[in-house]
Order: sequence, then structure tokens, then C-alpha cells
Amino acid sequence: MEEIKEQIGHMPRIGEPAPAFEAVTTHGMLKLEDFKGSWLILFSHPADFTPVCTTEFIAFSEIYPELQKRGVELLGLSVDSVSSHIAWVRNVEEKTKVKIPFPIIADLNKEVSLAYGMIHPGQSKTETVRCVFIIDPNQKIRTILYYPLTTGRNMDEILRIVDALQTTDKNAVATPANWRPGDKVVVPPPNTQEMAEERLKQGYECVDWYLCKKKL
Amino acid sequence: MACISPDGKPTESGTKMLRALKAGLGAPEEIAKEAGLPLFRVRSGLRELAEAGLADQSGEKYKLSPKGIEMLGTSST
Repeated sequence: MEEIKEQIGHMPRIGEPAPAFEAVTTHGMLKLEDFKGSWLILFSHPADFTPVCTTEFIAFSEIYPELQKRGVELLGLSVDSVSSHIAWVRNVEEKTKVKIPFPIIADLNKEVSLAYGMIHPGQSKTETVRCVFIIDPNQKIRTILYYPLTTGRNMDEILRIVDALQTTDKNAVATPANWRPGDKVVVPPPNTQEMAEERLKQGYECVDWYLCKKKL
Repeated sequence: MACISPDGKPTESGTKMLRALKAGLGAPEEIAKEAGLPLFRVRSGLRELAEAGLADQSGEKYKLSPKGIEMLGTSST
């Protein structure tokens, strides 16, 4: 356990550059920089041929067209071999008729898993937990989600976060709790007393000077 | 290798990229559009084709190498 903890070292954080990698995948050797200019969701799963992971891969495949509309690519990862990934993907297609359209990293040496803090020894010393890294076109980490081995991820929330991040980038606003596209957005709070006084005269829907919303 | 089969012949996606190069396209973005492939696949594929000597890289762009021309001529895919 101590050895694994030592290997984990630095955990990536929101706002930091995504750790570079070159990895064997089901679509050949890929580098992080191959995704430059696109949004990227890098996600890990514990193991191939396991039930929760299979439901997640089907669900990720189902939202893939919606992600593509938003300029987002998907990249899966586990510490299984590329042969295992290929066999699993083919099995999923054969049994469920769902084709997995995105690449999956075969991280047998755990290089990528460790760089991204995907191994949580308290959960498993050998498998990655269910991580989601949302990486922007400049390859900066914008969101990190960790789910335990027993809980499958929520695809609506992943799409919602992508929509929220892209709305924030485009309009320089924030998004409130439970925000959905089309809802009012939060105007960034003023930084000075003068701006606070002006804020209330700007026609926004304000609870007070620090919480104002507007329609886009 | 995603673009070159173990027997040394280009795969379907590899052939699409070689054909795009033959048509005079050189930037990965142009080739992705022409070949109908995701940009990340094209970037990694062109790197692979260059490593195999089938394409030559010059800065951000690629062109078909003499070996690539020969390969494309013999490829049936």
C-alpha cells in the first residue's frame, strides 16, 4: 500500500495542464497532443468484462453523438491489455448491438493512471476508480470527477458540465446550481464597491449585488 | 499500428490518409475532413505513416513519400 501511495505522488488539479502521455489504445498509439483543439473527456474504468463498466460504456457510446456536436472526444482507460479491450468491445457489440466508437487506453504499466491519480489504493490497488477528466482545447484540466467502483456515472451530468463549461467560456458567466442550457446564468460578482453599486442598476435579476442572473 | 497492418499494408483508414496526401492535402485538419476521420486519428495516423516511411513530414504538414506512392499503387483496399 505504501509503495502505491508513493507512486501516486502528485494528483492533477483543476486549472493545471493535463499530464502529457503517449499510450497504446484500441485506435493505435495516441498522444494527448493529438486531441489539441478539441475538448476531451478522459475517463477510467476498473476493468473490462465487468457489469457496471459495460453499462457505462454503452451509456458513453449513447451520448457520443451529443458530445461530438459539442466538439468533445472521448478516451477510455483501464489497466487491461489492448487485446482485452478489443475482445470486450466486440463482445458488447455482439451482445447489445452497441458499437463503442471511441478509443480505449491499455494502461498495463499504469503510467497514465498514476499521472492522473486514477488508482485509489483504499478502493483497489490494481484497478482504476471511475474518473472523469474534462480537458479543454488548450489541454487544461477543467473538471475532475471521481466515482467509487460500485457507482456508475451519470451521463446527463457529464453533458451538463460540458455545456456549462462551454457556456462559461463563450459568455464569461458562471452557472448556478442545477443549471441547464437555456436557464439564466450568473453574472460574475463585482470586485469593487463602485461596481457593486452599479450592478443593481444594470437591469439584471438580482437577489442582491453579489447574486445577479441574466438570460443569454 | 492503426494505419498499417502487421503484414505491412495500409489499413482502410491508412489508405484514406494516403489517398488524401496523393490528392495534395497536407494539413491534418484538411485530411481529417477529406477522409471523414477524427482529427486525433489523423494526427496519430500520419505520424505512423511517416515513421513507416510512407509519408514525409515538413513542419505541421505531410506529403506522400516515394514509398507511399508505390504502396498506394499496390494497395487493393
